[in-house]
Amino acid sequence: MSAQASSSEPMIEHRSIWKRPVTWVAIVAFVAFLVILYVLGTRELTFGTDVAPDPNLKWDWPYVISLIPDMLNALSVTAFATVYGFILAVILGFFLALGRRSQSRWISWPVSGFIEFVRSTPLLIQLYFLFFGLASATPIRFSSNQALILGLGIHYATYCSEAYRAGINSVPGGQWEAATAMNLKPSTTWTRVIIPQAIPNALPALGNYLVAGFKDAPLGFAINVTGLMFFATTVRGRDFRPIEPFLMIGVGFLLVSLPAAWLIRRLERRISYDRI
Amino acid sequence: MTESDSATAPRVSEKGAAAVTMRNVDKAFGDNVVLDDLDLDVDPGERVVIIGPSGSGKTTILRVIMTLERIDSGSITIGNAPLYHMADGTTPANEKRIREVRSHIGMVFQHFNLFPHMSALENITLAPVKVHGVARDEAEQHGMELLHKVGLAKHANHTPGELSGGQKQRVAIARSLATRPAVMLFDEVTSALDPELVGEVLGVLKDIAEEGETTMMLVTHEMGFAREVADRVVMFDHGKILESGTPSQIMNEPEHERTRSFLKAVLAH
Repeated sequence: MSAQASSSEPMIEHRSIWKRPVTWVAIVAFVAFLVILYVLGTRELTFGTDVAPDPNLKWDWPYVISLIPDMLNALSVTAFATVYGFILAVILGFFLALGRRSQSRWISWPVSGFIEFVRSTPLLIQLYFLFFGLASATPIRFSSNQALILGLGIHYATYCSEAYRAGINSVPGGQWEAATAMNLKPSTTWTRVIIPQAIPNALPALGNYLVAGFKDAPLGFAINVTGLMFFATTVRGRDFRPIEPFLMIGVGFLLVSLPAAWLIRRLERRISYDRI
Repeated sequence: MTESDSATAPRVSEKGAAAVTMRNVDKAFGDNVVLDDLDLDVDPGERVVIIGPSGSGKTTILRVIMTLERIDSGSITIGNAPLYHMADGTTPANEKRIREVRSHIGMVFQHFNLFPHMSALENITLAPVKVHGVARDEAEQHGMELLHKVGLAKHANHTPGELSGGQKQRVAIARSLATRPAVMLFDEVTSALDPELVGEVLGVLKDIAEEGETTMMLVTHEMGFAREVADRVVMFDHGKILESGTPSQIMNEPEHERTRSFLKAVLAH
């Protein structure tokens, strides 16, 4: 081969998202955060505190600090339910998106109906159905955590499917035509041409759903999930102190939401294909 | 149309170029008839330039041959292989046969349609490796030869976003050549380019024309290029062939007033 690529111009960074440092920094930071949370949250919730709150203070620091380990346990429960639920949502959502695009009405109509139904009903009711409804009507029993993960997963899968659909639709028609002209098999067209362009387009929306799902996770309180909401209400009920625990879990949500939103915004800025 | 000899002429040339035969082809988008009972014969290795006012359906001719649009009725044959055969206008085209016949056709688009997430070389090797089962080394070697041919060997690892319009279109031409098609379709391949980049693309087209390994059908407004390269120029209007002949016939002494006024408008531009 006479012509090796020895360009005189500077090689510009390749545009694959997996070759960009920011992607890996984001992933490593997220995983590290989960590991820390997991380690901190391995103990059972005890609600044991030797520190009695000072009734003269609205905000008692020693009391708050004594509650932190339990709050982190609860945060861990909420965060992991969100993460598992979201993993389910991202995978299931992709297949829902494909199903909705199916040429066959026997697939696309039921899938569309399911998506619209789930999107148009409240997550809280879906959680009740999964936890209480199924248990009373069928032999299927889910634990509180399982029902929350499943509920979040299915609910957000329908949203993710719309994000994928938008991502797929944003791939220009000329790409499909080029694939046809090159006689690519449908499977090659999807895996090599459409999906690599559609996923980066869908990523910002998917990231937003991750944060939204995290903020919806306290609904698990209704089906006895021992997350942040459970922690705060239990403390309030025991010590009659609403200010400290609710402010604490507010901070707990911020601890996760703000960095996640920031990372997503960064990804959003970096992942923009040059359209041809 | 005087195509009486094409029935007996060989359908595929020694170099592998194939004939294209269109019979009674109809295509309408809603009420808008784009191809009206069209008959068109292209000999193996022939270079046919299709001209005509915009909206006359000339691009649709290429798009139905490439199967990007399905015809309403009629038949299209590539070499000896029927792509569509719809004598009564109802027989649906067979997907498997379409794939088989389509593998002998290549198309270059006005807007390049390169895959933006792949390098120039990856764009070129995708179809040979995935569709034709060529070994990757071999496909890359052939891909580099093609890039060399279009003068872009040193841009092999660049993505389309890093290339100029003319470079993109030359990569797109190399990509469509990679599967060694018997018929090549060029749909206004210089229309989206800045004027100073048109020459480099036309140069590549001339090289392909000279090699004669493929039948070429080109839709273009570049009359100078048509005069130089075309064996035949076809004037197309309102879904029908108005007249057809050698470039000098059509451009110097067109039979129809419609052709004359069209040429005048294009050349004045």
